[in-house]
Amino acid sequence: MRELAILLTVSNTSPSLSWNLIDDLASLFHYEFMIHAFEAGTIVAIVAGAIGYFVVLRASAFAAHALSHIGFAGATGAVVLGVSPVFGLLAFTLASGVTIGALGSRLRGRDVTIGIVLAWTLGLGVLFISLYRGYATEAYALLFGEILGISATDVAITLVAGIVTVAALIAIYRPLLFSSVDEDLASAKGVPVTALSIAFMAILAVAVTEAVQVVGVLLIFALIVTPAATAVRFTSRPSIAILTGIALALLFTWLGLAIAYYSPHPVSFFITSLAFFTYLGVRLSEPLRSRLGRRSAISAAVG
Amino acid sequence: MARDLTASYGPRPIWAHGTFAMPSGSFTAILGPNGAGKSTLIRLILGQLTPAGGRLEVLGEPPHRGNPNIGYVPQGSTFDPELSIRGRDFVGLGVDGHRWGVRLDGRVKVAADVTASLEAVGAIDYADRPLGSLSGGEQQRLLLAQALVGSPRLLVMDEPLSHLDLRNQIAIVQLIAEVARARGLTVLLIAHDVNLLLPHVDLVLYIAHGRLAIGKPSEIISSERLTEIYSSPVEVLTDSRGRVFVVGLEEEVSHPHA
Repeated sequence: MRELAILLTVSNTSPSLSWNLIDDLASLFHYEFMIHAFEAGTIVAIVAGAIGYFVVLRASAFAAHALSHIGFAGATGAVVLGVSPVFGLLAFTLASGVTIGALGSRLRGRDVTIGIVLAWTLGLGVLFISLYRGYATEAYALLFGEILGISATDVAITLVAGIVTVAALIAIYRPLLFSSVDEDLASAKGVPVTALSIAFMAILAVAVTEAVQVVGVLLIFALIVTPAATAVRFTSRPSIAILTGIALALLFTWLGLAIAYYSPHPVSFFITSLAFFTYLGVRLSEPLRSRLGRRSAISAAVG
Repeated sequence: MARDLTASYGPRPIWAHGTFAMPSGSFTAILGPNGAGKSTLIRLILGQLTPAGGRLEVLGEPPHRGNPNIGYVPQGSTFDPELSIRGRDFVGLGVDGHRWGVRLDGRVKVAADVTASLEAVGAIDYADRPLGSLSGGEQQRLLLAQALVGSPRLLVMDEPLSHLDLRNQIAIVQLIAEVARARGLTVLLIAHDVNLLLPHVDLVLYIAHGRLAIGKPSEIISSERLTEIYSSPVEVLTDSRGRVFVVGLEEEVSHPHA
């Protein structure tokens, strides 16, 4: 992508759509901030799409959502202390992720507990914002994402974090899948289910921290949950569902960035809208699809 | 298999002084009221719980978690209707789901083992549909396929019949008995109603009031033995078709029959 941008230095630098698709693509990558945005967006979409499958399978969408909100308090706290918000975000999401993971899925009313902690940490976040004088932009970026403000260093950090999360997911893939489908059975087969639950939430915490850069804490669902939730409606094969989820997350991110470039509206809005309407379309078309043919035919077409 | 075995969670004993043995290839029904410790016995056998006292041997060795010679069907296994994973993939997890990483080698072998197991339980027709979309009987067959896939010698099932209608209960019991006979499997099965099992079981292990009793069905499910176990008058009635009814346990919580 970077080579493309350097090679095709175009005269038309103002972001307006022409009828020439090549020109449009070239202008998309004209600015360095857009290249960084695409790089970071791509990494985040791959990580989010992959981990999203397990979030959906384990029915821990609320936990994923909560992690990002709890992370908000950490991020604003870090800003008050004059540290990069990423560190605060990571510290809080990791701590809460490990705690939620240790509670396990057996504990009844887990969602209530998470919700109570979540509400309190959001309150903390509000306090930290008020303590920090130049609050508006920093808080706004955290809440809704700031993909157009990503530096080369941020991209490098995101890449390292992305590789670590994907590698960790691959390393625990089979036992994690097993314990997500049937925890009792996996435990009887010698799978360390509690340790896996903690490991998964820790990986999710890192993934959430990465994704916050792109869509912000409030919109994290669009990248982590929606692509995977859409994918599992097409196919019940784990590997294909994961790849479909990644493909959808990439599509939403790339298209969202491209559309936003030519419009005055924020990137996050387009990414979340693409995710939402794709999911809606898939759900609404289900009666039609099941009439047209069996699931296997559809999953073959997708996969 | 077990001598003077005692099970307890913390300081609270569940049952004590259990001495029993199941010969290889036998079919044992584990009966008793809720909360008597039937599942506790299974957790001991699977190595998920250590005995508070006594000795237990499973297939000639001390119990340990992840024993590949044990096929297991857990309790209350009905899957979330939204669970979108193929039965085939689920059975595959029974082969190597406990291993780290992704499946790189032996894909062909795993696929062949999975197909053989699916065929053995007659689940091949719906093996490619999402687990959550299947009926209780279909899910139970897939759970059985999963338990059988590693060619175990012992099959342990915790209430495999509890979520099924009568027709499916009969079919599943028949299937278990057939597969067990064909493969020479030892079967331990927790059930609530012994009547469906009576044509197939060799032994009954009755757990109640902190005690265990083992023997042939006719020996255990008798007025004398159950009265002894419960320390209160219990009567076993047999109808003209050989079905047994246990009377006198009305005060035992949610346990209408043995």
